[in-house]
Amino acid sequence: MQGHLDIQLIAIVTAVACALPGVFLVLRRMTLMSDAISHAILPGIVLAFFFTESLSSPLLILAAAGTGVLTVVFVELLQRTKLVKEDAAIGLTFPALFSIGVILISRFAGNVHLDMDAVLLGELAYAPLNRLNVFGYDLGPVSVYVMGTILLLNLAFILLFYKELKLATFDASLAATLGFAPTLIHYGLMTLVSVTTVGAFDAVGSILVVALIAGPPATAYLITDRLSLMLTLSAVIGSVNAVSGYWLAYLFDVSIAGAIATMTLLVFGLVFLVVPNRGLIAIARRRTRQKWEFAQTMLVIHLFNHERLPEAEAESEIAHLHEHLRWDPTFATQVVKYALNNRCVSQEETLLTLTERGRTVAQQALVQ
Amino acid sequence: MQASETKAIEVTDLTVAYQDQPVLWDVDLDVPPGVLLSIVGPNGAGKTTLIKAILGLVRPAAGNVLIYGKSYEAQRRIVGYVPQRGSVDWDFPTNVLDVVMMGRYGALGWVRRPGKQERELAMNALEKVGMEAYTNRQISQLSGGQQQRVFLARALVQDATVYLMDEPFQGVDATTERAIVTLLQEFREKGKTVVVVHHDLQTVTDYFDWVMLLNIRRIASGPVDETFTPENLRTTYGGRVAFMTK
Amino acid sequence: MENLSILTHLDYTLMIVAIGAALLGAVSGTLGTYAVLRRQSLLGDAISHAALPGIAIAFLLTGSKTPLILVIGAAIAGWLGTLLILSIIRLTRIKYDSALGIVLSTFFGFGLVLHTLIQRTGNANQAGLDTFLFGQAATILESDVLTIGILGGIAIVIMLVFWKELKVLVFDEGFAASLGFPIRALDILLTSLLVIAIVLGLQAVGAVLMSAMLVAPAVAARQWTNKLSVMMFLAACFGALAGVSGTIISSSASRIPTGPTIVLCATVVVGFSIAFAPNRGLLWDWFRHQRNKHNLKMTASNLLKQPQRGSE
Repeated sequence: MQGHLDIQLIAIVTAVACALPGVFLVLRRMTLMSDAISHAILPGIVLAFFFTESLSSPLLILAAAGTGVLTVVFVELLQRTKLVKEDAAIGLTFPALFSIGVILISRFAGNVHLDMDAVLLGELAYAPLNRLNVFGYDLGPVSVYVMGTILLLNLAFILLFYKELKLATFDASLAATLGFAPTLIHYGLMTLVSVTTVGAFDAVGSILVVALIAGPPATAYLITDRLSLMLTLSAVIGSVNAVSGYWLAYLFDVSIAGAIATMTLLVFGLVFLVVPNRGLIAIARRRTRQKWEFAQTMLVIHLFNHERLPEAEAESEIAHLHEHLRWDPTFATQVVKYALNNRCVSQEETLLTLTERGRTVAQQALVQ
Repeated sequence: MQASETKAIEVTDLTVAYQDQPVLWDVDLDVPPGVLLSIVGPNGAGKTTLIKAILGLVRPAAGNVLIYGKSYEAQRRIVGYVPQRGSVDWDFPTNVLDVVMMGRYGALGWVRRPGKQERELAMNALEKVGMEAYTNRQISQLSGGQQQRVFLARALVQDATVYLMDEPFQGVDATTERAIVTLLQEFREKGKTVVVVHHDLQTVTDYFDWVMLLNIRRIASGPVDETFTPENLRTTYGGRVAFMTK
Repeated sequence: MENLSILTHLDYTLMIVAIGAALLGAVSGTLGTYAVLRRQSLLGDAISHAALPGIAIAFLLTGSKTPLILVIGAAIAGWLGTLLILSIIRLTRIKYDSALGIVLSTFFGFGLVLHTLIQRTGNANQAGLDTFLFGQAATILESDVLTIGILGGIAIVIMLVFWKELKVLVFDEGFAASLGFPIRALDILLTSLLVIAIVLGLQAVGAVLMSAMLVAPAVAARQWTNKLSVMMFLAACFGALAGVSGTIISSSASRIPTGPTIVLCATVVVGFSIAFAPNRGLLWDWFRHQRNKHNLKMTASNLLKQPQRGSE
């Protein structure tokens, strides 16, 4: 039972730590930078591992995070030559650095007990085995403390620079003119992302870390516009994904990290489907409802535009409406009925005329 | 039906909506042949959308577009299009001549490649816009005005009867502006119809015969001296006077 | 005598691997050119990762490890991933980068789940996943070379047949549509060709490094020419060069994996091209800058010598 709890605790802490900076990456359209960082830090990890021999040593985390920031700098330098677009710059940089890492690992595999699969895919199941012992007391898994520290670091950065981050995200040039140094904020964020990525390696590996960083914030973005709410929701969604992923993995006896990523996709899909206003179902329902509203508005605008003009009579003949508006005749009849019910038009024999209300609807539609 | 055959472009009750937001409401527009027409209106008035709807690039929610009495699909060969200059990546690895020859791709049809004849047509068109010295120039090495003239040359080789141009005067130098104006006049002499999205109200009377004032719906359209009135302008730019000063 | 036959045998194996790697490099270089020009460099990364569940499901359904069946599975999954990315962008306000990141990582995660499921049934071995991640260039056989040659060849021939149409689509989509070309269909065609290139390339360098094989040759080639056809040809050559040199280098010493070595070779070609290519290269740019500065100084000092002339 303790094992269950420990793993879920690590998963939750990792997920929240990733989701918080992820919100800003998603909003700043820099998600792929985190993908690049998570791969490119491999040589940093390998080199640091030569010295520390431990994947969760603070020194290793710092060295790897340094490599991550270097990656960002390198991508930006490449872009600045104007010879390479951003996507290509990312696509060039991280595979090269990652390749160096892989070659280092396999060249010195004899001297280094670094498992390639652990780096790429992580293994949450083993994370609780490495425990923090102080004076013989078992204080829980080391990972919880490492990721917990990183989580607090992220939280502190976001709380401290909330205003600056917000401004730099939504209007970088305004932030610059106000003296908020968006570049500094940018690199601060990138450093945090690097540190977080390295920390999360242990648990989920370099490929799936992107699911933790991008998944919950993107899901939250479907639900809310408010930055503060988006941060909270991301943390909650990240935790839900982590816990449900864990149980999915437990039930089917499959990879925990993979199951968390799968849950991330499922939860995203579910929210995408059902969220009010922006979900697929809401869109479809609004479309049907608005189809009529829209058609009615078109009808009144059509009548309005031709009102008191010589051709008015021809244009408002019910029998010919469908020709003018290019509607199917049955549809045209239904729209007229809908508009009559709403008292936007009135019928005089075969002619339609606008009511006062219809005229207002038309005018309002034209003003917007 | 008789009447529509004498119209180069006939737009009736055109409504276009992006998602749920209408961008064009019940727009009518008749353009007689051989007319230079400019479409003016504030930002977000739907000028580009109107052009795109005429070209069938956006699907209208309602309404109809006829070109010489037939649908765009049927008349594609006689329509030339000059998109906004900013809509393409000018670092694309190609040269001036090659871009101009793209104007023949439609006439060539599937799979057939441009040959000597297309090359000659392209050279002639480049001469007309004063770009013959830049034939082999990589397109990223051109100034904004030169890029615009390349686009015009590309439309020229389409040898169309009806031309639709999206902001050709946007950010060009004086030489290019003169070149475009000369070209427009030449088009008029040949009886071609040209519709131009335009933003410079000062030059409307000088460059164009007809004008359409658009702000989501058509405010007015017709000969410049009748239509381009302060009253119509006020209606068009109405509560958005701020846009005029921009 | 005995020794000699072993030697020739080894060389023969190496030759087959090198030919295979060269072909893969050429195919991905060619089709990667369009990916780079359309700013879809990282779509390749997403497709290659998204292919994993497809491979796993293909295996679960057929129980077969035949490359062709796995390739079909990978292609379908890669395709679905692309479709999902496009729908997310179209229907929500989530941007391209996030949509891509989510699909890439979660599809891969789902593939991982399936993979562990397969492993538990004892039907497959661990090698499968490593192969997917890093490729297995060293085990390319004659029959693989044939598959790569035929599929890659077909993809390139299709691209050449629709050369004009694809070119105008990539350069100016709106104009292409106004000419009456069905841009949606052409777009699907181009993406499908890219999927083929990626799924083939997975064999050589694996999912993680595939994007480099698409991007690097094209970026390097762009430096040397301003012509699309030449760029594509050069990209194919650079891709092949990276493939061959990577294979040879990794075979010359022990424990140097082939895929990453191929990628590093491609990166070296890019670095060299960005630095030294005429006209676009950084060195060239620097010289031009210096010369301009010098000329400007000369003009300025000439003007200063006779300051009054102009105004008189």
